[in-house]
Amino acid sequence: MAVDNKITLNNDEVLRYSRHLIMPEVGMEGQLKLKAAKVLTIGAGGLGSPLAMYLAAAGVGTIGVVDFDVVDFTNLQRQIIHGTSDVGRKKLDSAAETLKEINPFVDVRKFELRLSSDNALELFREFDIVVDGTDNFPTRYLVNDACVLTGKPNVYGSIFRFEGQASVLATPQGPCYRCWYPEPPPPGLVPSCAEGGVLGILPGLVGVIQATETVKLILGKGDPLIGRVLLVDALGMKFRELKLRKDPNCPVCGPNRTITRLIDYQQFCGIRGEEAPVTTTVPEMTVEELKRRLDAKEDLFVLDVREPHEYQICNLNGYLLPLGDLPKRVHELDSSREIVAHCRSGVRSAKAVDFLRQAGFKKVKNLAGGILAWADKIDPKMPKY
Amino acid sequence: MKILIPTPLRQYADKQAAIDINGATVGEALGNLTSRYGDLRKHLYTDDGKLRAFVNVYVNDEDIRYLSKEQTPVKQGDTIAIVPSIAGGVFVDCVIE
Repeated sequence: MAVDNKITLNNDEVLRYSRHLIMPEVGMEGQLKLKAAKVLTIGAGGLGSPLAMYLAAAGVGTIGVVDFDVVDFTNLQRQIIHGTSDVGRKKLDSAAETLKEINPFVDVRKFELRLSSDNALELFREFDIVVDGTDNFPTRYLVNDACVLTGKPNVYGSIFRFEGQASVLATPQGPCYRCWYPEPPPPGLVPSCAEGGVLGILPGLVGVIQATETVKLILGKGDPLIGRVLLVDALGMKFRELKLRKDPNCPVCGPNRTITRLIDYQQFCGIRGEEAPVTTTVPEMTVEELKRRLDAKEDLFVLDVREPHEYQICNLNGYLLPLGDLPKRVHELDSSREIVAHCRSGVRSAKAVDFLRQAGFKKVKNLAGGILAWADKIDPKMPKY
Repeated sequence: MKILIPTPLRQYADKQAAIDINGATVGEALGNLTSRYGDLRKHLYTDDGKLRAFVNVYVNDEDIRYLSKEQTPVKQGDTIAIVPSIAGGVFVDCVIE
């Protein structure tokens, strides 16, 4: 990208960036490019945290941050741009503060909005590079398409538990996300919650890979991950590289493109509006009623359908039978007894109740709100997770 | 040869990260894999037997879509990698099946 000749570094900046300036790969020329660059980071969460922090440290002149969320305790395990005293604050405010503290010379621009087909194109046009640190498929496809349509590279990173992917997409000669994955997974095939969670350091690893690629693109140095995907396996500490080809039939970046405008990405990903909670269709028991009946020593069988590691966090002394094992272990349950099934928030246990009723169990109910509701209303000393 | 199982699918393959499988082609190897681990089938294939569009398969580092798809020949020492699209480690409390 062309450097505005009016951009210079003052003495404070020269000192700050000295370790860059004394390196031929960066030098004054490179540092001025960084200062002239405008990078938009989508998401100030797991990936967005480390990558925005390193971009600020590196001296990227303008960093835009898009996030509409609020800092939560569970974020602190990995979203290091936020601290304990930021819980409850807007992520945007917390992030901007951290970035300015790292480097007051950075112009941090806050965008408190949910990225959508209505605002993405206009927003992307103001920046040179877009870094995608989001956590859902509709936004992934939206960011990709908007990058292709506005001609901005998409520095892509994604994670799941302890594996990650990184690449540089949507460059003119290179592939885009749709070349790689033409269709999103239908919501019905998303892995189960019990298998969720994420190793806190993983987005750190992948986010900094994204920051590295961003800096390389700005400097025009090194070999960016264009046409390549880096797969990271944090547990094995193995890095694999796959070739990524530009699809000649890609509907958004190919020569015969059919997508020339942003579409409805929720619909594309098969998500229509709010998913109705399953809990409304099975018989329920409130936590208050459970407490009353347990205190009265009634003959109630408490079935806990969570995973063993969750049981260790907190439990109601229930009989542990993970939901996934229910079909093959259902014979362990006595259908003549009254059973109340619970999980963390009531959704998995609703499925369990549904399954058991179909298997002929007549006296089974779902604990509405799960063990979280118990922690809220009955036993505040119980940890929530 | 080895088939690498991605994290989201390990729960359907006895929690293993890599499985030794035989087969002369990618299609044969995947077929043998899903015979051994039946639950994997619906996550890899649609009802009419096509590989799902959000799952890519690589022989070594090359996408089979740019080789001979499921007819791509494989030999000892090759690695078949199953690479689904991923988008985050959100703790979503519901089993979606």
